[in-house]
Amino acid sequence: MATQKLSELAKTIRSKNAGVDLITFDIIFTRRENYDRVRRSRVLSRETMAQLFGLSPERIADFVEFDPANAIKFTIYRVRPSGSPGDPDIFGAQQYAPLLDLQIP
Amino acid sequence: MKTLRIICPNGHLGFAPLRLESFQLGVDAHPDYIAADSGSDDVGPGPLATDTSTSPLSWQTHDLEQMLLASRKIGVPMIIGSSGDTGSNSRVDLYVKIIREIAAAHRLPRFKVGYFHSEVAKEDLRRRMRAGEEVRGLEGHATLVESELDATARIVAMAGVHPFIALLKQGADVIIGGRSSDSCVFAAPAIHHGFPESHSYYLGKVLECASFCAEPYGGKETVLGEISMDDVLVTAMHPGQRCTVASVAGHAMYERSNPYFEHVAGGTLDMAECHYEQVGERTTRITGARFIPAAEFRVKLEGAGKVGERFIGLVGIRDPYTIAHVDEVIEWARAKVRERFGDGTDGAYELHYIVYGRNGVMGDLEPLKDRPGHELCILVQGVAPTAAMAEEVCMIGSRQMFYARLPDVKGSAGSVAFALDEVLRASPGCRWTVNHTLRCDDPLELFPTHMTTAGV
Repeated sequence: MATQKLSELAKTIRSKNAGVDLITFDIIFTRRENYDRVRRSRVLSRETMAQLFGLSPERIADFVEFDPANAIKFTIYRVRPSGSPGDPDIFGAQQYAPLLDLQIP
Repeated sequence: MKTLRIICPNGHLGFAPLRLESFQLGVDAHPDYIAADSGSDDVGPGPLATDTSTSPLSWQTHDLEQMLLASRKIGVPMIIGSSGDTGSNSRVDLYVKIIREIAAAHRLPRFKVGYFHSEVAKEDLRRRMRAGEEVRGLEGHATLVESELDATARIVAMAGVHPFIALLKQGADVIIGGRSSDSCVFAAPAIHHGFPESHSYYLGKVLECASFCAEPYGGKETVLGEISMDDVLVTAMHPGQRCTVASVAGHAMYERSNPYFEHVAGGTLDMAECHYEQVGERTTRITGARFIPAAEFRVKLEGAGKVGERFIGLVGIRDPYTIAHVDEVIEWARAKVRERFGDGTDGAYELHYIVYGRNGVMGDLEPLKDRPGHELCILVQGVAPTAAMAEEVCMIGSRQMFYARLPDVKGSAGSVAFALDEVLRASPGCRWTVNHTLRCDDPLELFPTHMTTAGV
């Protein structure tokens, strides 16, 4: 099968604060087969996300595959709490863009 | 009582007004309670540090008026948590005052208003720390030390169900809460009426953000939750929205690091074995929630402090050579600030550059930071103890970019473009200082409750 972008397979790709020290990312699929395809591909994992965002592995706080919602979810530690002077994204709502074009086999 | 029904019209009362059509449909369903949470730490540290609201008073009043008039009309209690964005004492007192003014204006028959405060005095916390109590850090924070306490302007404790239940037992018709876990605003009445903690906390979890648990996406619409001894049902009230297995399960993930667990004062809601089932066109049934009581009663504390006054400047760059060397331009300006005020490592000032067009939104997380656009906008922020100093830090940090000396630049009349040749006063720079937990002997010790009346 030809590769497809993650944004073509997922219904929702978002990022948002989870408390003041964390940003959490949700990738939610409408169709189970797309969810399974992305999981099987291993394109999304703790290691690949650390690499994509240029993070040391310990800054990935959590990585969960959440079957009831056909969703993959991971969470990262911020360097400084949300809203500190210099923080460009107080709500953490615009950090997901690098996920959109990930190629899924 | 075989079941208990609660409507929630707004996931953050005051932040944007509730929508009237679905709220009226919810009220017409004659629920047993009308409840909403009014707070969030999403609004940043500023409101707590400076004891203000980000929500406009008119929107807060609008929603409180709608909820109060409806609850008095159908004769059921109304509950508000985390009043005025932060749940600080002044916000609670403000909401109590608004309730009394609305009641007087509409000549509502007299009713009982219960309220509780959530602030923790710094000196109280310092006493506990000096007595050996460990104020444990959450999410990577070290144990609280006195220097961080000194940097804190205000601390609120996150209430669980306990003060709400105490006020319900005293017969409150309206409860105005200080800072509290969103889910506990709804779990408290369910537990008060004898329903299991497991389903009660789940009911709160699913209702707390109102229509965020429904689809299609649309905030500020009313949803109705119904709890029995065996399950929770949640129904969208807006005719165009549905609570589906996908939308309800998806909501369990929202704004949390892990979709399976919700920590509250006194225990943890475990959603790992939750089962979701579509039982009506707009209704989903949830079973399998569990509640694990905590071995030790610990309360979450939130604290914020003011770093200093803040000014901002805006700078544009179009020359591709200058764009490629923007870090050197910034370093030139930083050096001029250092010459004037020192290096800032002693906390004397802060100077921040956000480079839009390169990695402004994502900073170090940006994978494309080596591919800047053909023009850049740079937001300069100067923060310092006094407004005059913050203005000068920001002014040097912005204007000196104009004079940056790059070896091979063709344009020798100025390195950057100014749309304004001034810097502007912004809100004070603030930061979160406390994200910790404190052990308590009594679930109510940080949350004194009070009762008053309103109406005529």
